[in-house]
Amino acid sequence: MNAVVLLFAAAGAYGTALMFGTLGEILTEKSGNLNLGVEGIMYMGGIFGLLAPNLYESAVGAGNANHLVAIILAILASFAIGALAGALFSFITVTMRANQNVTGLAMTTFGTGVAKFAGELRRLKVGGYVTLSNDLKFAFDNHFMPQFLKDIPVLGKIVFDQNEFFYLGIILAIVMHLFLTKTKTGLYLRAVGESPVTADAAGINITKYKYIATAVGGGISAIGGMIYTMTTAGCVWIEASISGTGWLAVALVIFCTWRPLNAIWSSILFGALMIMYLRIIVPFFPIELYKILPYVVTIVVLVITSMRNIKDKQPPASLGLNYFREDR
Amino acid sequence: MKEVKTPLIRLAKRDGIDPRKAWAIRIGSIFVALILGMIPIMLAGQNPFVSYGVIVNGALGKASYIRQTVKRAIPLLGCALAIAPCFKMRFWNIGAEGQITMGAIFASYFAIHLGPKGVPAFLMFIIMCLAGALGGAIWGFIPGFFKAKYNTNETLFTLMMNYIAIGIVRWLQGGPWEGRPGTQIIPMFTENARLPNVFGIYCGWIVVLIMVVLVHIYMNFTKHGYEVAVIGDSENTARYAGMNVGWIMMRTMILSGAICGIVGWMLVSGANGTLNSDVAGGVGFTAITVAWLSQLNSFAMIAIAMMLAIIGKGSATLQTKLDVPASVAEIVSGILLFCMLACEFFINYRIIFRHKKEAEV
Repeated sequence: MNAVVLLFAAAGAYGTALMFGTLGEILTEKSGNLNLGVEGIMYMGGIFGLLAPNLYESAVGAGNANHLVAIILAILASFAIGALAGALFSFITVTMRANQNVTGLAMTTFGTGVAKFAGELRRLKVGGYVTLSNDLKFAFDNHFMPQFLKDIPVLGKIVFDQNEFFYLGIILAIVMHLFLTKTKTGLYLRAVGESPVTADAAGINITKYKYIATAVGGGISAIGGMIYTMTTAGCVWIEASISGTGWLAVALVIFCTWRPLNAIWSSILFGALMIMYLRIIVPFFPIELYKILPYVVTIVVLVITSMRNIKDKQPPASLGLNYFREDR
Repeated sequence: MKEVKTPLIRLAKRDGIDPRKAWAIRIGSIFVALILGMIPIMLAGQNPFVSYGVIVNGALGKASYIRQTVKRAIPLLGCALAIAPCFKMRFWNIGAEGQITMGAIFASYFAIHLGPKGVPAFLMFIIMCLAGALGGAIWGFIPGFFKAKYNTNETLFTLMMNYIAIGIVRWLQGGPWEGRPGTQIIPMFTENARLPNVFGIYCGWIVVLIMVVLVHIYMNFTKHGYEVAVIGDSENTARYAGMNVGWIMMRTMILSGAICGIVGWMLVSGANGTLNSDVAGGVGFTAITVAWLSQLNSFAMIAIAMMLAIIGKGSATLQTKLDVPASVAEIVSGILLFCMLACEFFINYRIIFRHKKEAEV
């Protein structure tokens, strides 16, 4: 029992990165755009989110950096690069009307390339690992909740012994839920994703909605990449370590049935699966096979969700399809 | 009534375009991409023209460099051939990586168990080739089956299968097939399990060139190829025409996986001489670029696979000589795809400016 509690408590960090990646992709897919480039976008968010505080720190000198400024810079930098990538995706698929699947795959190749390139350039420049001072590292993984809350049995460790991004992610999920279900703009956005023909006839600017949703969604996913580098990877840029997170986020979107609130618990659950081999030892079972567990679970989830054909748990009806007014 | 102004730019769908003109636009877009690829090189503080020179020289400058470049192109070409029928069918198989790895595992099984027993080389050749094809085919069939049966998302399914296949190799490497304990390395195959060299390159290049012709015939001149094309254009049309869409999907995935598996066999038996978890090493993803850039045309794939192999091999030289990170190859590969995707727009649509007369229509 205790091991399970500790597992879920530890899963918060990786789970938060997944949560942002998933939330961003939910927003994107609600507009009908299937952006398979989340992997590349999270890669870019991972390095640019580290480079911003890294450059800031080297500008003001180690030790003089303001924690809040560093965190805001990291968020802004990763959001900006992700939003750019989302806008580029929209340009190619909405304006240039190209196939969304291949564009997303291209984005993955491009994004991982850009991230590795930027990381390597900076590494050559500083002549070692791209990282932050210990003081700033602490700021990015700050379990700031008061001790008495952490001491609550079971729940305390899982809910209150987490860093600031965890709570930010939960707030974001709730805001996104309210936006999609309670506001007019959210309703319009869903209309664009469900039936662009109807939305177009109702006078909604399809292009604008797709562009903005995909750009903001890309930005949010990229923040997830930044969170990965800053918490799980310990503020050090290691090229290969983030690999696969973006794809898991795309899978989680299906698992969540496109609902932001579901992203909260499901990303923690998958975060737990990813680190389970470190926490819960199964004797005589090879660790390398244990490590593939999350991927097997993902496949099982994909299969089960596709087998149970429930009406209100379907993707946005026009997901992955481009809309051309002339084609009707 | 308010007069509505004609917009500055209007679009009109083209009825058809001269194929030569279409290819001219595509080749033009490749040049645009190569020019855009200069940006990261300039950001790294190097002269882009010098750098491109280094890339070409590093890939083709010496006979031994050419051999290494061709060695890189072989799996790319083979894998692109495997992906082509799936993509034609709008089945997004991004699991080539895993299918290669699974083929490699199956082939290695026989290399490790039969190789030391002195089975003749030509027999090993056949057994390992078939085993590789079988391994890849199984790995392709599983997602194909669930897609056909339950419409399970094939992109994510095939991708997750990659991680599983690679995980299995990691386990084999450190466990049952480990050579000296603690090395985490599978020993080199015996000579009879290795592919012979022809012109200094393992004979896989002959195998893939034969496959180019076979895939071309399969896609363009057989009933199977026609069915695949119809499903790609419209699944409903295919169903209406009485095609068994589910079976065609499974069949195509089996074929695609089998070709990937054969590539996996060639990689362990020819290029590497043993199995390791990095056997596919990103080939499955780069092959998507190859397949799409060549518009799923088998013969164009030869040129595109060589081009990407040159960029890949040359960028490694670029890193050692000029300190430009080798990942520039991935950036250029991404830009190439973006440009190729975007250029289709100019092939499918005409742009009409406001003042232009409509006479040419």
